Amino acid sequence: MARTGSNRSAFPPDWWARGAWLLLLVYLLYAASHLELTPARFAAGLEHGARFLARLFPPDFRRWELLVKGMVESLQIAIVASALGTLLSLPLALLAARNLMPVWASWPARAVMVVCRSFHPVIVAILFVKAVGFGALAGILALTVASVGFLGKLMTEAIEEISLKQVEAVRATGAPFASVVTYAVVPQVFSRFVGFASYETDANLRNSTMIGIVGAGGIGGTLFAAFQRFDFDFVCAIVLTIIALIMAGEVLTVQVKKAFKA
Amino acid sequence: MSAALSVRGLVKEYVPGKPVLRGIDLDFEARGISAVIGPSGTGKSTLIRCINRLVEPTAGQVIFEGQDLVALPRGALRMARRRIGMVFQEYNLVERLSVMENLLCGRLGYVSPLKAWLRRYPERDIARAFELLDIVGLGEFAQARADSLSGGQRQRVGIARAMMQEPRLLLADEPTSSLDPKTSVEIMGLMQTLAQAHGFPVIINIHNVELARRFADRVVGMTAGRVVYDGTPERITEDHLKEIYGGEDWLE
Repeated sequence: MARTGSNRSAFPPDWWARGAWLLLLVYLLYAASHLELTPARFAAGLEHGARFLARLFPPDFRRWELLVKGMVESLQIAIVASALGTLLSLPLALLAARNLMPVWASWPARAVMVVCRSFHPVIVAILFVKAVGFGALAGILALTVASVGFLGKLMTEAIEEISLKQVEAVRATGAPFASVVTYAVVPQVFSRFVGFASYETDANLRNSTMIGIVGAGGIGGTLFAAFQRFDFDFVCAIVLTIIALIMAGEVLTVQVKKAFKA
Repeated sequence: MSAALSVRGLVKEYVPGKPVLRGIDLDFEARGISAVIGPSGTGKSTLIRCINRLVEPTAGQVIFEGQDLVALPRGALRMARRRIGMVFQEYNLVERLSVMENLLCGRLGYVSPLKAWLRRYPERDIARAFELLDIVGLGEFAQARADSLSGGQRQRVGIARAMMQEPRLLLADEPTSSLDPKTSVEIMGLMQTLAQAHGFPVIINIHNVELARRFADRVVGMTAGRVVYDGTPERITEDHLKEIYGGEDWLE
């Protein structure tokens, strides 16, 4: 039955959505009060923070050898882990792609990725430190696992979005499966894979500065030690260097993506 | 038996109990263009894809050069596919590869995956690719990326790719449906010329009855998964078209 002029509305109110928003607001207020997030507590924190900030400056670069050694190690961990992660993800993503592979192949490949993605890199790093001992090896393994989980998923999705018309045409020529992959699949996903890999390298750079906290190599260990000794000016120096490194990485990945966009 | 290709009792059901092809029997001579006409959804594309098993037939035989393709294991099927060229409605070129690389796709069945990946093709294949590019009028476009070409140019590349296989049968799935009328005629003419020069049969799915009449030596009319007309294009009448497509208003 068509409704007549006066009671037609272009934007009828959605009471369910309004109720949900209200519920969210109520919960936020409740959670804040539960955690004693009061203005007074906030003011006290600000005061403490001001003292901390004052002790950060000026940054102290006198122990630059320690700083450089840690940064170089972090960088190496990030790059090696990204390369290993990319290499391992390629065959795994191909296996996991449901448009090219039967269920018995894609299901286990997906399971591996889900396991790799389930834990934060720091937790994986703790596991590897226990398994293979302190140092860069644990860090590389931890970030490789994280990369496989993340890259594998992105690459699988990219492969599942390709045009099957091109695949069909190459199959119709009697091409073996490996050639179908290199001629009909790879060209469609290559530039996206380069984007994913450089994005993951970027993420690994950030993660590699952190996993040192749990003893998996890199600048994180140095940073943590400086915190513990209240060497806040050295902490500042490390933090500034990390920021510089991340920015340099950002510039580099933009250039890499641009180079492969064509 | 002089037929180059015999289709026997071909049935295809995508959903069990709902056949798209209801037992097709057709013989194709070693030469000439056969046009398959019929309304959309009547199984023309399925028929053509069942021949090279891009779609698996549910039942029946496809006998090509003495072999039943339906019964072949994967490896032998690949060997047979190398001799069957295919041209598609939407060209199905690999868009991000160059025209030359797309042509060489036609040789992938003969070159090892490693050599193909490294682009190490035999001299002969490369020479043939350049020769074919000249024949289809795209001599200048060898290095152009496939997605930079117009529709007509892409279909020429598609035909050249099929010709690279040195096919003994050419399947064309609505090769002109995405093209303007003038380009359609040119593409049909090109396939006719090549088929006559190299002596292989062509099976073309086509919507355009006029094009079918103009270029085909034989017309197969299909409706609802069955062959309802099979004969020369001259003998096809309005009554036949009514039976194939249903209704008559559109013929006015």
